[in-house]
Amino acid sequence: MTQVPSIAEEQLSTSLSSSKSVTLRIARFNPEHENERKFMEFTIPYEKWTTVLEAILEVKKHFDHSVAVRYSCRQATCGSCGMIINGKPRLACFTKISELDSDIVTVEPMNNFPIIRDLAVRFERLFDTHHKIKPYLIRDDSEITSNEKEFLQSPEELEQYIQFSNCIKCGLCNSACPTMATDSSFVGPQALAQAYRYVADSRDKGKDSRLKVIDDSHGIWRCHFAGSCSQVCPKGVDPAMGIQFLRGYLLGFRS
Amino acid sequence: MTQQDENKEGIGGMINPRRYGIERVAYLLMRLSGLGLLAYFIGHIYETSSILKGEVGWNEFLELTQTNEGHAVLAIVIAMCVFHTVNGIRVMLGHGGVGVGKPARPDYPYTPASQNARHKIGIYSAIVLAAIAMMYGLAVMFGE
Repeated sequence: MTQVPSIAEEQLSTSLSSSKSVTLRIARFNPEHENERKFMEFTIPYEKWTTVLEAILEVKKHFDHSVAVRYSCRQATCGSCGMIINGKPRLACFTKISELDSDIVTVEPMNNFPIIRDLAVRFERLFDTHHKIKPYLIRDDSEITSNEKEFLQSPEELEQYIQFSNCIKCGLCNSACPTMATDSSFVGPQALAQAYRYVADSRDKGKDSRLKVIDDSHGIWRCHFAGSCSQVCPKGVDPAMGIQFLRGYLLGFRS
Repeated sequence: MTQQDENKEGIGGMINPRRYGIERVAYLLMRLSGLGLLAYFIGHIYETSSILKGEVGWNEFLELTQTNEGHAVLAIVIAMCVFHTVNGIRVMLGHGGVGVGKPARPDYPYTPASQNARHKIGIYSAIVLAAIAMMYGLAVMFGE
């Protein structure tokens, strides 16, 4: 019987081979043992389709397995591998090295998130603020108690919020936000866009309670419409648009 | 938690205009012009209060604005005032949800509708109008 190698063995034995190579600079920092960040450089071969995440995993497989990085789906769906790539927040699995048009690729942990180690950051605050804006349908009745079996919605009503339900909670918007850079208490573009997602949902009746949460000195009024959140969103959510619509309710432009 | 623990970018990251296009440049200019106009407003109140010292005191203080340095400062104030007003109108309309596009199912490659051409034209207009107003002010003040 032929011996089939395990996936782990296969991954250990294979490496990227290409005539092109890039210098991958990885930020290394362990807040428990070190005082400042340092960079380690690796020369990695790459193909046209090689992503930054694949290059980092190449480093882990063949050079230094201790590099800390969070990832899962490798297809821009789980929102785990957000990091600063050549100065801008991006998903490592969604960013091809060839598209960066640079011989040096520098990867750092996302800004405005506490660092666990190297490229892995803490998401507790993002999830806390996300939970704070009540990310669920609020109404007195339910699909079980109502005479109707489901809450019907027209395609036009769906169009009002479907874009904002694409959020994968990767945190890139919070990392790019200039207000988040100085104000840790700011709700942040991720949570504000999600507040709009539920306020704009025709099935939801919790608009007033959500507006009350965000109508705060560290809430929606601290957004100054710089738009960086929308520019870095990998799923086309456009948080800046949602936030301005949401503010429209508070300013009386919308009802 | 200290700023380092939180890994916040801080003011350096907030004012860095290089990474996110013209919108972030406008964000920085709006902040700088706002602070500049606030400083001018405080200086202006101080200046006008010199009238309490009588006509001589008032004229002495007014002479400060008649120097080359005074003219240069006033020209910058004109530019800040025009930029802050025009860009402020753009931002206020945006804050009300006006001109930020319509929600729609996004298609790849995702182009944010809120960062549309109307807003970019608004920003460039604010910069150009501020430059024209400043040059006009300089021509009037130095052309005497």
